[in-house]
Amino acid sequence: MIEKIEKIESDGLTAISAATTSDALEELRIALLGRKAELPNLLRGVAELAPEERGAVGKRANQARGALEHAIDAAKTALSTAELEQRLATDTVDVTLPGDPPQLAGRRHLITQTIRELEDVFVGLGFTVMEGNEVELVHYNFDALNHDPTHPARDGSDTFYVARKGDGQQPDGSSPRDLVLRTHTSPMQIRAMNENPPPLYVVIPGRVYRRDSDATHTPQFHQVEGLAVDADITLADLKGTLLRFAQAIFGGERDVRLRGHFFPFTEPSVEVDVSCFNCKDGHLRDGSRCHLCRGEGWIEILGAGEVDPNIYDYVEDDRYDAEKVQGFAWGMGVERIAFLKHGVADLRLFFDNDVRFLRQFG
Amino acid sequence: MRVPYEWLREYCAPDITLAEVEQLLTISGTKVEAIHHHGVTGLESFVVGRVLTCEQHPDADRLRVCTVDVGGDEPSQIVCGAPNVAAGQTVGVARPGAVMPDGTKLKKAKLRGVESNGMILAEDEVGIGQDHAGIMELETEAPNGSPLAAVIPISTDVIEFEITPNRPDCLGIYGIARELHAATGAELRPEPWAEDPGTGGKLAGLEVDVQSPDLCPRFTARVFEDVTIAASPRWLKARLMAAGLRPINNVVDITNYVMLLTGQPLHAFDLDKVAGGRLVVRNARDGERIETLDGETRTLDGEMVVIEDADGPTSIAGIMGGARSEISPATTRVALEVATWIGHNIKRTSNRLALRSEASGRFEKGLAPEQALWAQAVATKLLVELTGARVAPGTLDAGPFAVQPWPEQTIVLREQRVSAILGMEIPTERQRALLQALGFTVEQSDAGLAVTVPGFRRNDVTREADLIEEVARFELDGLPATLPKRRGAGGRLSTAQQLRRRAVDVLVGRGAYEAVGWSFTDAALGDRLRLAQDDPRRDTVVLANPMSEEHSELRSTLLGSLLDVARLNAARGTSDLVLCEQGAVYQRGDAELPHEHRALGALAHGHLHQPTWTIAEPTTADFFTAKALLGAVLDTLRIEWSVRRTDEPFLHPGRAAEVLVGDDVIGWVGELHPLVCAEWDLGAAAAFEIDLDRAVASAVAVPHYADVSVFPPVRRDLALTVDRSVTAGDLVEVVRASGGALLADAGVFDVYEGAQVGEGKKSIALRLVFQALDRTLADADVDPAIAKIVKQASDRLGAQQRV
Repeated sequence: MIEKIEKIESDGLTAISAATTSDALEELRIALLGRKAELPNLLRGVAELAPEERGAVGKRANQARGALEHAIDAAKTALSTAELEQRLATDTVDVTLPGDPPQLAGRRHLITQTIRELEDVFVGLGFTVMEGNEVELVHYNFDALNHDPTHPARDGSDTFYVARKGDGQQPDGSSPRDLVLRTHTSPMQIRAMNENPPPLYVVIPGRVYRRDSDATHTPQFHQVEGLAVDADITLADLKGTLLRFAQAIFGGERDVRLRGHFFPFTEPSVEVDVSCFNCKDGHLRDGSRCHLCRGEGWIEILGAGEVDPNIYDYVEDDRYDAEKVQGFAWGMGVERIAFLKHGVADLRLFFDNDVRFLRQFG
Repeated sequence: MRVPYEWLREYCAPDITLAEVEQLLTISGTKVEAIHHHGVTGLESFVVGRVLTCEQHPDADRLRVCTVDVGGDEPSQIVCGAPNVAAGQTVGVARPGAVMPDGTKLKKAKLRGVESNGMILAEDEVGIGQDHAGIMELETEAPNGSPLAAVIPISTDVIEFEITPNRPDCLGIYGIARELHAATGAELRPEPWAEDPGTGGKLAGLEVDVQSPDLCPRFTARVFEDVTIAASPRWLKARLMAAGLRPINNVVDITNYVMLLTGQPLHAFDLDKVAGGRLVVRNARDGERIETLDGETRTLDGEMVVIEDADGPTSIAGIMGGARSEISPATTRVALEVATWIGHNIKRTSNRLALRSEASGRFEKGLAPEQALWAQAVATKLLVELTGARVAPGTLDAGPFAVQPWPEQTIVLREQRVSAILGMEIPTERQRALLQALGFTVEQSDAGLAVTVPGFRRNDVTREADLIEEVARFELDGLPATLPKRRGAGGRLSTAQQLRRRAVDVLVGRGAYEAVGWSFTDAALGDRLRLAQDDPRRDTVVLANPMSEEHSELRSTLLGSLLDVARLNAARGTSDLVLCEQGAVYQRGDAELPHEHRALGALAHGHLHQPTWTIAEPTTADFFTAKALLGAVLDTLRIEWSVRRTDEPFLHPGRAAEVLVGDDVIGWVGELHPLVCAEWDLGAAAAFEIDLDRAVASAVAVPHYADVSVFPPVRRDLALTVDRSVTAGDLVEVVRASGGALLADAGVFDVYEGAQVGEGKKSIALRLVFQALDRTLADADVDPAIAKIVKQASDRLGAQQRV
């Protein structure tokens, strides 16, 4: 009996492994395990065997049935996978066609991108970001920044003044000159100190205006002001802060140098140069003079200094006392940084907004 | 400021390279802009020679054939075209190999068949002067073949400095020498005005009346007799040429030379042409005219200052002399005027007349009255030495400073403050040494260093902070790079700043190009946008001094610049475009400062994308394009918003909406009016603009968690027929309000108008989602809710359920 079972099993397994279609397997399933098949019939006949044989035969028959069922299932899975693969292999697309529907890549403006980069660098250095009005009182734009009444920057040839409404003319026919389009972000120094007690760490990005128009000047442009005031903020701290900035924006190898200069509202005043990122010591690899730094090895990027003690006198908050606090300030040109970093040829391109320009950045 | 290096080194000659000088001065604030070379290079080829013979060239009338002893075994044969060449002369010779100022290299040549081994030099050929009339005859005992450069200045580097406006003392070479001395410690030679061959006391023969003392702190003059006008000596001409000035004659050249050395401009009059022997310094009369040295006639105003004699104005003070009294070849008596003027007044005059000169560029920075007599002293010495003049006794000295000299201020410098501001230790001795090198007088006092400021730094150094800078700028190279202590500093972007970034990113992420437009616009923008006369957006900020009519006001809406950018790109070939912009807009209002807020706008023009291989005809921008972009922004920022039909004069009247947050209108969205599009040469376009500051203020920056159900939702579709005038928004609002707690969502998925719903009607199909947090919903839960929705919609909007 057992031999018979084993023969059925081994013949069945051979047939299963030889089957090449799902239909053939289904036929085998019916033939081997169906109602009329030999093995189930054998199992049904177990009851008629001698009691001592029943256990062994029944067990062996069950084993055989299990083995056959498992083999059929496995063969079916293998066959259907193979059939699927075969079908998929013929179902091809041209993968070089564009994605669809189109997902367009817009672009942020290079100025926005640069301002964000700068903000992020200075946020990382512990500064918060403030903003302010673009139309500004002469008081904040000039007076409170130590520009004496005859300072040339106040001249109408350099600075935009706002016309008074209606018949706001002075008796002598001139316009009152109390409102300007801010010529720098520096008026926010006083406003920031008026609004926040020391210690103060702020950067102020924003749009500024000067009456100037050529390839390297536009009548509107953008600056990022920096201001840090505490009990002991030194010129060395300014250098360290701007070194981190220069390395973040222009590359980790950059160095900065401070040069003595003059601004009405910082003392000492410095201009800050970053080592040229286009050359080594002013010369390109082929030995020619670097056009970016004009062979100097250094590129001027901003003006800065320790806040002039006079400035604190204009702050409403008494805690800004020149004997108790000191700090640094800088003003950097956003377009200049973008222009240097990306090699933009003409500043006016920034405000044309030709998409062929816009799509190159951001 | 162009400084011949050899001249600078007459006063301070550190034993370092020019590159090191450049570095040190640049760091300490006297920035080197460029280094030029003046004169010849290849000095070994320029030698002293003596003309041995000089014969007529056989084939050329104007050429001579000379033999010149240039120190070798054999004399050199040189062909020379100068009319004054003669045997016995000592001359300068350029030998083959010499490089001339224009860069050409001299070679052996044949001139009309005769070999020439070099060139006998004229002044202009070595950059000494402009004289090409003949060769230079030298007066020197130097041996033949010895370097010419040792005899006459034929070669120097010239340093071009950027001088900051606070340092007019550095507009003179001696001032820069003082900086170099402080920067290097190299000896500073005595001030060139230390010895004055002139005398003080009353001056005979010339009077001055300073009628504008407020604008003329000091007016000095000296008189020189027996002056012989001639060319200046070569060394002087060479220095002027190297500094960028043209030699004219000895008297004028001396005034220029002294100005370059001391920073103080001077003016020489022909005294015989000063009518009446009396000068008056006075404000000009409005409309008064004067002919200046350059031959132009200038019209003056009452704030300008003139110097006049009995016949009327002779110069514009501080700017330019007049033609009438200028030095001529016949001049024998010279009045030398050296005055001090008020800087900003000179600046104003120079700007108004568009007339700049070496003098005005110095005076406008504000010179010290002390400098006037420095210049007199140096000029007196040179006039006597070089023109054969006799200086008349006495010095005319008028003006407020002459009556009462301005005091010198003493300031206390606390040495530890220097270190505290710099963040590095500077020893007291170093501080003292630097200040003394710069011309300050330093005494020790109980409070610190008592520092007396010399007159020539009076305007710039008035406080301790200024003295700290004087020390600091020589220590910048060694300054450490430290970071602030950052007590209490917590760098971050505010919520509003983060949300504003996100708002732009949403649009950019949907294919928009961000533009940064002009804040400026023109006065006609309101008309072109069809704004009503009383529209608040016509209350613009108007500039008093615009650069152009197109940029004469500040924008009150972003729409103008978005349209401008769209037009520019359409004209350049990109018509299908989505643009966005974030930026300030301005309204004048009545407050002290105009109202400014940040606006966000977008404009879609043409097709939303190019045809693709599956979409042959892409959608064109319409109301719903703009609304979808707007919705993407507001939904991303979690702002509860809605829209309502509105009229905006620049929008299509049937396709315009205002944008509301609660009951506040924060902007508009719509298709642009065809007339507005036509005005900008554009096809159909749709846009929105919102007040981004207000939008961001109502954003949910910190969302609160709401439970998420684990039970499946039940979805039902519901079609309702309503009058055509009922909006989808109205219907959804009623559905939401009446759907009960189980209604989780309701949205429109189809709108149908046509025969099946009847005239004047439309069918709106809604997708409803019901869900509970605590159980799986059965029909018994949902059916009553739907019945209630249908009833409410019927009662309030006359809706009928379609079945």
